[in-house]
Amino acid sequence: MQNADEYAESPQPRRITVERDGPMVVEGPVEVVTEDGTVAVSRRFAVAVCTCRRSAAYPWCDTSHRARPPRSRGRGEDRGR
Amino acid sequence: MTATARRAGPVLPTARGPLSHGVVHALRTARAPDPALWRRTADAEPYGDDLHLSLYVLYELHYRGFAGVGGDREWDPALLTLRRALEDRFLTALRLDVPGPRTPAEVFAELLTEPADPSGSVSHHLRRRGDLDHFRQYAALRSLYHLKEADPHAWVLPRLHGQAKAAMAAIEYDEFGAGRADQVHARLFADLMADLGLDTSYGRYLDLAPAQMLAVVDLMSLLGLHRDLRGALVGHFAWVEVTSSPASRHLAAGLRRVGAGRAAQHFYDEHVEADAVHEQVVRHQVVDGLLADEPALSADVAFGADATTFLEDRLSSHLLAAWRDGRSALRC
Ligand code: FES
Ligand SMILES: [Fe+2]
Ligand SMILES: [Fe+2]
Repeated sequence: MQNADEYAESPQPRRITVERDGPMVVEGPVEVVTEDGTVAVSRRFAVAVCTCRRSAAYPWCDTSHRARPPRSRGRGEDRGR
Repeated sequence: MTATARRAGPVLPTARGPLSHGVVHALRTARAPDPALWRRTADAEPYGDDLHLSLYVLYELHYRGFAGVGGDREWDPALLTLRRALEDRFLTALRLDVPGPRTPAEVFAELLTEPADPSGSVSHHLRRRGDLDHFRQYAALRSLYHLKEADPHAWVLPRLHGQAKAAMAAIEYDEFGAGRADQVHARLFADLMADLGLDTSYGRYLDLAPAQMLAVVDLMSLLGLHRDLRGALVGHFAWVEVTSSPASRHLAAGLRRVGAGRAAQHFYDEHVEADAVHEQVVRHQVVDGLLADEPALSADVAFGADATTFLEDRLSSHLLAAWRDGRSALRC
């Protein structure tokens, strides 16, 4: 049986935020084991796990899931961070 | 760089017109600026070298200052009066030139779509056709921001609350190396510069940076220093995080192609992964959190992002035009 103190110390459920057509954002640190047994570790405060399988940095999202439009917007992108 | 040089701070830049001459002279001589100066701001070119170097120097007093300039000049009322007039000129021009009013949803839907025609994109260009010298020019210019990466955005923290504050602080913690000095993003950028054979001293490339680059950094400082512009600062920061990951992917690929060193590649590799996360957190928690608290800031958030697009597009045009003509994008 859990007493009240133990209950207070038990960890919060880990939140996973799901975005349609985007990554799952998981509170870090995170370890992902892929089909071939490879273990990828990220210690970031939050981690974006790729769900579209297009990422070149799989299992992490690299924004390759983003839609490509049929025509140009005529606007630049770039730079940042 | 020696420890003494680091303590002394960067040297004052060379003036580019009457306004910047007045500012630099006032700082160098430890005197008040000529009171007639602020009247000249009314017809200064709002995106020009003279106005933006003046603003840049005045803002720099809030970051690291300059060698030989007293720390108390940061709050010199005469300099602040002049800065206010320069900011009004810049901000008024931006409000006229940037589409609006728009909603953050509209603005970010656009930014989240990869361009079908990437011909205006510097990162695409560098990925396919950049040579080592182009990357050096690009890094020298971007160093004006990256050597103080995430600093202007830290000023917004006391102006945010609840969800927006918690999420903004989490992203900033990541930008500042998550507690590890060798992982601070500004430090990773200095490592990239060293890899490319550039001088990593803070402020070293200021004199070589054209107005288009100064304006990009002046926008961040402007939005960061004014509580009243907190919505625009958040919109600007979201713009940075949303656009960074794909651009970093191109830049990392380009650097690998030209055979740049590991530290150079690492800066952009880190930003591919980090900013794919930061994008999610900034949109869903910082922007949405702020707008849940202060729905009236919606148009300001959109303005901050659109103003960034406007100024970054001007910088991209400058870089691509220079390289198309076989010129350097740096001032000589
Ligand atoms: S979900 Fe983002 S790259 Fe796959
Ligand atoms: Fe960063
Ligand atoms: Fe970031």
